[in-house]
Amino acid sequence: MKKISQEAFAQWVTALIASDRQVVGVQAKDDRFAFGPLERAADLRLDYDVTILPPKNYVLPPRETLLTYEAGGTYDSVIEAGPLVLLGVHPYDLVAINQMDELFSQDQYDAHYMARRKQITIVACDVARPSKNVFASSMGTAVVDKGYDMLITDVGDGYVLDVATDKGRKLIALAGPLPDATEEDLARRQAVQDKNRKELNRHPLECKPSYLPKLLERAYDHPIWEQKAQTCFSCGSCNLVCPTCYCFDVQDDVDWDLKKGRRWRAWDGCLLENFATVAGDHNFRKRRADRFRHRLYRKAKYVPEKIDGQIACVGCGRCVGACIPDIANPVAVYNALLEDIGMD
Amino acid sequence: MCDCCSTQKDIYLPEPATIRTRRPMTKLEMYYHVTLDSGRPLGHRPGQFVEVSVAGIGEAPISISSSPTQEGFELVVRNAGNVTRALHGLDEGAKIGIRGPFGKGYPVEDLSGKNLVFICGGLGLAPQRSLIRYVLDHRDDYGEVEILLGTKCFEDRFYTDELEQWAQREDIHFIETLDVGCDQWGGCVGVVTTLIPQVQTDLSKAHVLVCGPPVMYKFVLMSLAEAKVPTEHIFLNLERRMKCGVGKCGHCQMNDQYVCQTGPVYRYSELGSVPEAI
Repeated sequence: MKKISQEAFAQWVTALIASDRQVVGVQAKDDRFAFGPLERAADLRLDYDVTILPPKNYVLPPRETLLTYEAGGTYDSVIEAGPLVLLGVHPYDLVAINQMDELFSQDQYDAHYMARRKQITIVACDVARPSKNVFASSMGTAVVDKGYDMLITDVGDGYVLDVATDKGRKLIALAGPLPDATEEDLARRQAVQDKNRKELNRHPLECKPSYLPKLLERAYDHPIWEQKAQTCFSCGSCNLVCPTCYCFDVQDDVDWDLKKGRRWRAWDGCLLENFATVAGDHNFRKRRADRFRHRLYRKAKYVPEKIDGQIACVGCGRCVGACIPDIANPVAVYNALLEDIGMD
Repeated sequence: MCDCCSTQKDIYLPEPATIRTRRPMTKLEMYYHVTLDSGRPLGHRPGQFVEVSVAGIGEAPISISSSPTQEGFELVVRNAGNVTRALHGLDEGAKIGIRGPFGKGYPVEDLSGKNLVFICGGLGLAPQRSLIRYVLDHRDDYGEVEILLGTKCFEDRFYTDELEQWAQREDIHFIETLDVGCDQWGGCVGVVTTLIPQVQTDLSKAHVLVCGPPVMYKFVLMSLAEAKVPTEHIFLNLERRMKCGVGKCGHCQMNDQYVCQTGPVYRYSELGSVPEAI
């Protein structure tokens, strides 16, 4: 692995910004943090705890055009993709992106998502300080060793770089030749990761995440769903901030000349009341408790079935922070169920 | 677009199609005969559906109502929302977009040689007709065929010419009921489950195919349980909110199943751990 000094790193980021790539990095947003187009290296804040929204809007935009059409019948695909660098993705958010990569490419291949994704270079970074609600340690996502193009770890006087792919190598080439990381650098890196494995755990889960699908098998009719959903606004905030939520709606728009238009897709959320409503007004998931339960079942049981058992909650804690009635905390629900219906 | 993605088909892109014939069947339902402009056959299995695009308005999932043994394909569309209302306003010759066919259809090979009982509620006749026509086109490959149809009222009956033909045929047993009777109707009155005792074949040895409004399934399944029909011989054609049709957008989920992918046709025995299904 290589080591890059703070100064050389800032120069490298400046070079990236100057290149023909779009550079997106974590920056301060009032007293919180957000991913956004980076204009100056100095704006980059890799010491952040958590961003308001996950970086999912760069792999799956909140709204994107799928097709354009002409009235009278022809449709044309629109693939909007260009080279993009994502700077500062935390391990748990990276795991979420990797899961979405699998879900969008398996079975029916989504060319819109994949074309965009293939042009993105992800520079992940180890967490500098835990956020208020993170529980990535419980979910096994506090530290990662694959899935990124490059992983950087702050070791005090610079960063240790783990360059994993050709895309990563191409990117770091802009920094010129770099020294190898020393034994001490690597030891400090290990220390950062060991610390994160333990401490990104504000809401400790009382079981191994791999047990969750089994637990949920027995929890379908448990009263907790009703209890929690009594104060649920069905606002969909949990869907919005969640790095693994990707359900979308598809709509058409027509231009003022009534001759041309486009079909677009936009984020949608299963907590919203009409998510499962059909023409004729039958709602297949009318009760809030059912919708509330569905989301947690998706994360810990249904989606794992599609991706080899990986739990689709990465412990970022954003839903915990975003939920006004404070019912979204998955760990609170799973722990309550564990206490009640226990382990085998 | 990078090379690898340009070789992949865009699963969201409709292909152009033309409305060859259209005629109203009831106040709300319209019949369409559609062909794909490229000339290729749709290549569907009975029980699959297509996503129909009306440019500028949107897309709606419609079950295919015809057998793949016919030319082009037929749809019966109820005017129930923005897209279907716009579709109703289109004339013969108008262009629409088609994606599909999607979903798992009926397992026609497994049904070969069996006695079949169709239970259709209202608009549920439309998707089931794709299999009924397929079976009638291969009549010798199947055993007894009985069709039970329940419609809300006389004005809501559709495919009426065909229903008359079925009533005349010697090689199938077709019985109908209306929820609400009227002067023009001399037949049975009652919900479709009231026809089940009139089934001639031994239900416990038959394969039963069910399609109708959500509320119907529970009652039909209760009657079939009483008649001791094995659950793996009951096929349910379930509706959900299909949007993308390709298992991504999430709207059609029931528990862990994406109905557009693993359905809309399910064996009842497969739905044991899918409580949201019925």
